Amino acid sequence: MGDLVVAGSAEGVAIVSEQPISFWGGFNPQTGEIIDRRHERSGAIVAGKVFVFPQGKGSSTGSAALMESIRAGTAPAAIINLKVDPILALGAILADELYHKTVPIVVLSREDFDAIQEGDYLIVEPDGTIKARTRKTAQ
Amino acid sequence: MSEGVEKAGGEKGARRIGRSMKLSDKDQQMLKGQHGEAAKLAMSVLVRMAEVYGAAEMMDVSQAHVDACGLLTESGIEFVETLGALGAKVSVPTTLNMVPLDLQNWRQLGVPEEFASGVTRLAKAYTNMGCIPTWTCAPYQGYLTPRFGQQIAWAGSAAIVYANSVLGARTNRYGDYLDICCAITGRVPKCGLHVKHNRKGQVLLRLVDIEPGILEEDVFYPVLGHLLGYLVQDRIPVIEGLPAKVTTDQLKALGAAAASSGAVALFHAVGVTPEASTVEEAFKGDAPQSVVDVHLSDLMAAWSDLSTADEGARLDAIVLGCPHFSYAEFRQLAQVIRWEGIRSLDSGVRAVVLTSQASYALLRRSDFLETIVDFGIEIVLDTCTFNSPIISRDAEFIMTNSGKHAYYAPGKLGVQVAFGSMRDCIRSAVEGFVCREERLWKGS
Repeated sequence: MGDLVVAGSAEGVAIVSEQPISFWGGFNPQTGEIIDRRHERSGAIVAGKVFVFPQGKGSSTGSAALMESIRAGTAPAAIINLKVDPILALGAILADELYHKTVPIVVLSREDFDAIQEGDYLIVEPDGTIKARTRKTAQ
Repeated sequence: MSEGVEKAGGEKGARRIGRSMKLSDKDQQMLKGQHGEAAKLAMSVLVRMAEVYGAAEMMDVSQAHVDACGLLTESGIEFVETLGALGAKVSVPTTLNMVPLDLQNWRQLGVPEEFASGVTRLAKAYTNMGCIPTWTCAPYQGYLTPRFGQQIAWAGSAAIVYANSVLGARTNRYGDYLDICCAITGRVPKCGLHVKHNRKGQVLLRLVDIEPGILEEDVFYPVLGHLLGYLVQDRIPVIEGLPAKVTTDQLKALGAAAASSGAVALFHAVGVTPEASTVEEAFKGDAPQSVVDVHLSDLMAAWSDLSTADEGARLDAIVLGCPHFSYAEFRQLAQVIRWEGIRSLDSGVRAVVLTSQASYALLRRSDFLETIVDFGIEIVLDTCTFNSPIISRDAEFIMTNSGKHAYYAPGKLGVQVAFGSMRDCIRSAVEGFVCREERLWKGS
């Protein structure tokens, strides 16, 4: 059972990290790239992916960066966290208000969070249910 | 794609967070549009956010600081101009964070005309709503510093942590655009750090083998902050062992770094910050969730982590003033320059100091402005090197005395960064390459 922070439906391949991130300064809303050079996923493109990480941190401009990436189409397809980050939720809510487009955000228990593997194909349903299909290694 | 289906979120769907809120009559009127369309939009965002926070009701704030003016994006302009077109006005005194432009000197800094005109639009949208054009990320250094216990809605991670920790004012870690919604309505979700009980410490950090001499050095504070953010993330640390004479600039640097490597919105320092005259007071009588001993070796590791550039790297620029330089820091800078003798900058190095017009106004009345300018320092007002194109895209190596700047520079500016004291930054700018004394961290 998870907590639905921002509702929406989305699907995509999971990018999983154990490290928190700041969406301003750590993510480029023009390209969807992780640019925090101290982050373990530095260089990864999270656009269109289901980005799984424990929580947001850092800049309060994270909301602006997430909203702009949703507008530009470079945002993650969905965000899955361990802890609610109001700054990320805000970015998703503002994009919904302004563009009627959003990024669903779901917060999971540690057990469910840990069940997600890098590369899983995840489907986030409007009620916050997350279904995962394990990706075949060779495809 | 395999056939195996796992359930991560549970089959029956997630709980929708939030609960039924008690809205005041005025909140409801705003939500219905009886106080104008702008207040309606602002309140609807606030109500949705109150659900995210799990707040049961709203409460008043008497001041706001808006960070949303600091980044130029299409959606950011659209949001603020939408509010403006709906007739938005702020209902509480509202200061403004830096804007992505030195509003007076942008031409000399080589900022493209198109970018500047976008920022001018952005700035005007906020001042038209009645916000005060302070244009600084360190609003507590200038006009309208919040009082102890004052309920405020502040955005800007470094400003938030300073307001909560050093001033004892009360704000949650508000994101950009919620700040202006709070300023328009004068309301915030009643929860988190607005509530006294939630301000108690969670993690006790003891400085165990740090020599008193180290605690007097400015460079210690951003390093401690950098370490702190990683250690506690969003929990509330209580630091035991800081000297009572720690300066406000040192606390500013500590908080800014901790709010970059972590999500620290409030720290207590025993005998220093206003809610922590004793350890017991800081924890409000409770036991710490955890106790962490900080050793010199931890600080040395954090100090190393702040730099990605090696000793001897050829410098393109030094950047000071993140957060914005205070008058006291300018005085210190002048002393460092004098200490270095009459030498000027290496011709290949730019030396940028970011500050507010408020600090600059004091600097102009001082007798050391000339020392700073003659040395070759570029004083940049109102803005920030991260959101305004000041540092050349060709720059490869920069140096800074700011933990926050060192944290974000590699990603935001695409540079290698060296972290060092103000004196080491100036010495390096004179030499043209990174040279640090490092004596502080080698122990005795």
